[in-house]
Amino acid sequence: MTVLPYLVAAWIFLIGVYGVATSRDLVHAVGCLSVTQSSTYVLLVAVGYRRGGTAPVFSDVPPGTSVVDPVVQALALTDVVVGATVTALLLALVVQADKRHGTVDPDELSELRG
Amino acid sequence: MEWVGGWRPHDGASVGIVLVGDRVGLGLAALTSLLVVAVLAYSWRYFDEPPHGHAGAFPALILLFQAGMCGFALTGDLFDAFVFFELMGVVGYALTGYRVEEARPVQGALTFGFVNSLGGYATLLGIGLLYARTGELGMARIGRRLDAVPDPDALVFAAFVLVLTGLLVKAAAVPFHFWLPDAHAVAPTPVCMLLSGVMVEMGVYGVARVQATVFGGPGGVPEDDARRALLVLGVLGALVGSVMCWQQRHVKRLLAFSTVAHTGLFLTGVALLTPEGLAGTCLYVLGHAGAKAALFACAGILLDRHGSVDEGELHGAGRDMRGIGLLFTAGALALAGLPPFGTALGKALVEEQEAPLPVLFVLVSAVTGGAALRVAARVFLGAGARPETTGPEITGGEEEPETTGGEEEPETGRRIRLLPPPMVTVAALLLAGALAVGSVPALTDGVTAAAEEFRDHTAYATTVLDGGRGGAAPAAPAEWWTWPGAALGFLSTALAVALATLAVRRSLPSGAWTAPLRRLQSGHVGDYVAWTMAGIGLLAVLAWW
Repeated sequence: MTVLPYLVAAWIFLIGVYGVATSRDLVHAVGCLSVTQSSTYVLLVAVGYRRGGTAPVFSDVPPGTSVVDPVVQALALTDVVVGATVTALLLALVVQADKRHGTVDPDELSELRG
Repeated sequence: MEWVGGWRPHDGASVGIVLVGDRVGLGLAALTSLLVVAVLAYSWRYFDEPPHGHAGAFPALILLFQAGMCGFALTGDLFDAFVFFELMGVVGYALTGYRVEEARPVQGALTFGFVNSLGGYATLLGIGLLYARTGELGMARIGRRLDAVPDPDALVFAAFVLVLTGLLVKAAAVPFHFWLPDAHAVAPTPVCMLLSGVMVEMGVYGVARVQATVFGGPGGVPEDDARRALLVLGVLGALVGSVMCWQQRHVKRLLAFSTVAHTGLFLTGVALLTPEGLAGTCLYVLGHAGAKAALFACAGILLDRHGSVDEGELHGAGRDMRGIGLLFTAGALALAGLPPFGTALGKALVEEQEAPLPVLFVLVSAVTGGAALRVAARVFLGAGARPETTGPEITGGEEEPETTGGEEEPETGRRIRLLPPPMVTVAALLLAGALAVGSVPALTDGVTAAAEEFRDHTAYATTVLDGGRGGAAPAAPAEWWTWPGAALGFLSTALAVALATLAVRRSLPSGAWTAPLRRLQSGHVGDYVAWTMAGIGLLAVLAWW
């Protein structure tokens, strides 16, 4: 087992969060949130990896062949669906924010404070 | 208990997905459904002009929200919990930003969306780590596999911290709480009733469930570590929430901060990790849901009638609405913990657990109840001098951050003149519910038994995996009202009334020292995200210490 995929997942998570925290543009921030989410895909797929394993489709390989874990791939797919929903909704809200506030810079959205 | 698609476990091993209806989960699902009915009745005449072509959008979203919350309360599978968690999150963002034609709701919904999604992804990372360790996703199965290796290592702690992050974001524990006031202040009032009444408590439920079922055994996180982490966050939340609550003049925002404070108290009750603490917390949640939803309902009526939820602008405006004034005052007294409201009973049961807790509980309920009473006195009685409604105070050349509640659009198409009967009835019924929680002994017995069952780590796994009922808990005699508990309830109420009186007479020192705390609530998504990361760090330090 190698730790590289886990380090990569942690790095992607942190770099995405850094992007959201310092973003000057809400569209960019939504993109960074998607980057953060990709860390979960990397982690899940890395967890299920088996050395020398093939895709878990048994139509053309004999039963008993070493395959990677199909459960995490199902999880990652569900995760993609969730992520698409969240991104679509947030982008729709950004469009509305642009229409109502005339800006997509979070520094200038300052109606709610204290 | 139901295995979806009939994939039952064989010899304790399973590939199925399980739904578990234990008594606490079922109770929470019932509370959600009751509140959803109340909200739908309340919003009957609420949106006079539904968006063209989407007349059913609002009820549909509310029902989807209910589905997410009930699913979260009933699932016995960690990954399903994440999916339901995201479902209720996404519907929550949509509902918060429902009035897209206005500026503020859009901003509140964006903040809500960013912070909650980030928390959700942290939870998913934690679930991934747990799957890597155990190869399981069912909560009971993960717990059993972890227990096979009785010495928890760094990976278990990391998974604990990450899984809890998302749930604590939902539960608005400090420092994950920043999204909540921003979202609550701008969401349509019926949505606020649901968000404050049950969604935030779902986060606390998730924390309790994961701690008891997954990490509660010998292979999980030691009880001392879990208790320390949750206690610190709970106490912090209670203090910060009540201080901020007192400083607000936007009525809905004030109620939102009182939710932060009370959720801190719930978390403290759960953090004791005892059945008694949990039973008290459950009663507190039930009573709080009724009282807080009724308060929001009254605030919504004010908003629709006067087009403002600003305490200063509304000064004396409610003098002709005696009924609503009475309801608001009763709700505020319930928040302050006046026996026999359910809030007071739950508070009393938790307080008896540990020596210094009564101080915290009395203080927090007095301050939050006092703030609500202050609003009631000013708005409905016109008491005291009219607070200046001019722009923000200037201190040291710097603008004081403050959200006023003026220039809000009424949520009904036009201002209402007569009080709509459904709105008033719903508020009254919710308060009656809060009263019933504290005065029906059978409910307390049921909740105590449910909490015993909930805390039992092994019995849960046995029931879910091996069928049959494991560990028949001896029916402990349920505690009910005790004299000290009731006395503390009266004490906090008296303190709340005193605070409100002093505030109305303006004989309290000004809250200038809270300015740094208020400046943290900057409305900036990036800041909140940074605080969330700091919170993960804090949680990790507390759990590892």
